[in-house]
Amino acid sequence: MGDWSGYIGLILQGALVTAQLTVMGTALALVMAFTAGLARLAPFAPLRWLARAYVEFFRGTSIFVQLFWVYFVLPFAGVSLSPLQAGVLALGLNVGAYGAEVVRGAVLSVPRDQFEACIAVNLSRFQRMRHVILPQALPLMLPTFGNNAIELLKGTAVVSLISLSDMTFQAQVVRAQTGSTLIPFATILVLYFAMSLLIGAGMRWLERRVTRGLDGVRT
Amino acid sequence: MSWDWAFVWQIMPTLLQGLKITLLVTVLGAIVAAVLGLVFAVLRRSSIKPLAQGTSVLVQFIRGTPLLVQLYVIFYVLPDIGIRLPALVAGVIGIGLHYATYAAEVYRGGIEAVPRGQWEAARATNLTMRQTWAHVVLPQAVPPMIPALANYLIAMFKETPLLSAITVLELMNQAKSVANSSYRYVEPMTMVGVFFLVISLISVALISLLEARYGRKASR
Repeated sequence: MGDWSGYIGLILQGALVTAQLTVMGTALALVMAFTAGLARLAPFAPLRWLARAYVEFFRGTSIFVQLFWVYFVLPFAGVSLSPLQAGVLALGLNVGAYGAEVVRGAVLSVPRDQFEACIAVNLSRFQRMRHVILPQALPLMLPTFGNNAIELLKGTAVVSLISLSDMTFQAQVVRAQTGSTLIPFATILVLYFAMSLLIGAGMRWLERRVTRGLDGVRT
Repeated sequence: MSWDWAFVWQIMPTLLQGLKITLLVTVLGAIVAAVLGLVFAVLRRSSIKPLAQGTSVLVQFIRGTPLLVQLYVIFYVLPDIGIRLPALVAGVIGIGLHYATYAAEVYRGGIEAVPRGQWEAARATNLTMRQTWAHVVLPQAVPPMIPALANYLIAMFKETPLLSAITVLELMNQAKSVANSSYRYVEPMTMVGVFFLVISLISVALISLLEARYGRKASR
């Protein structure tokens, strides 16, 4: 028993790593989601195939397998990553693949006449996406993106298995040192839950922001 | 390091042994999830407010925290209060409980998608509660649920490697032990990926068949 404040400090350090992983992983996932999602709608077929292969591959194998592959197999190909880099890479690519389908679905659900109107007023492809399609597609993506971000947060626990000292890893350390099981695990469960509530609240706020000014556009 | 087919064939029996456990866990976990999900869904519809709200919070809590930590709780914490479960059982309960919350959402969505008019019509024709459920609501609510549930089944299958963290000897764990004893990581890890990819791609194809059969159009 004894030094609880020290153990709490340990877990809070882990919480910081978890938060870091979640933020960086989400950033990478967002980039991948838009890149692959829009590439799946590209007029150039090989680009579509590439995006399709990426999505199927990362949705078809589990995050756990991908993480181990990145961490244990890539070094043999000459690419050595730190556990944090491996974690961000695997989480970002994995969740990005799910996000790509969300982006694709949202863009496709923008009514056809919007595309036609853009062509009629002679907007370039880029202008069409930037000013007409994406502003309408974004509100449709956000709720699912919120769920994906929470899935990513939950996925970060897996990185503890490649010895990255996130919250789950630190809880195991505390368990090993104190022999107490309930307190460390209950603590991190509450912290994880608080983080996922925070993501949920943030997403709802964002949803209100991006739908502002769209009233009347959609029924 | 180069790819060695001879080594792949040599480790294949071990990997298949692991795959068997992976599939077993998936099936058992799915049964737990399907049944427990129904319990959650029913409790959430309960007319006793605190019970419905409590269930709702519990479901949200389970969905908002990592499966890995939940597995640790079942495997490490429960023995301290006298419940000692074998790793496999702990794993099945953990993964089943986690996905039960997802199944509960599917059940709820399916039931709520049945138009109010159907309930009212059942009432108007003086059907009993049992008849209403058996002949009116469920026949319309269940078909659209099938593809959604199948999607979560695949998601669950892909999460089974987490069970290696609580010493269940499933596919990932077998691959790790092979890798650790031979110092060859490329083949075992890649083969695990291949197994998962092949099985999920086949399942995804099956789901699109299910979707074509049951999806959306409940009124056949």
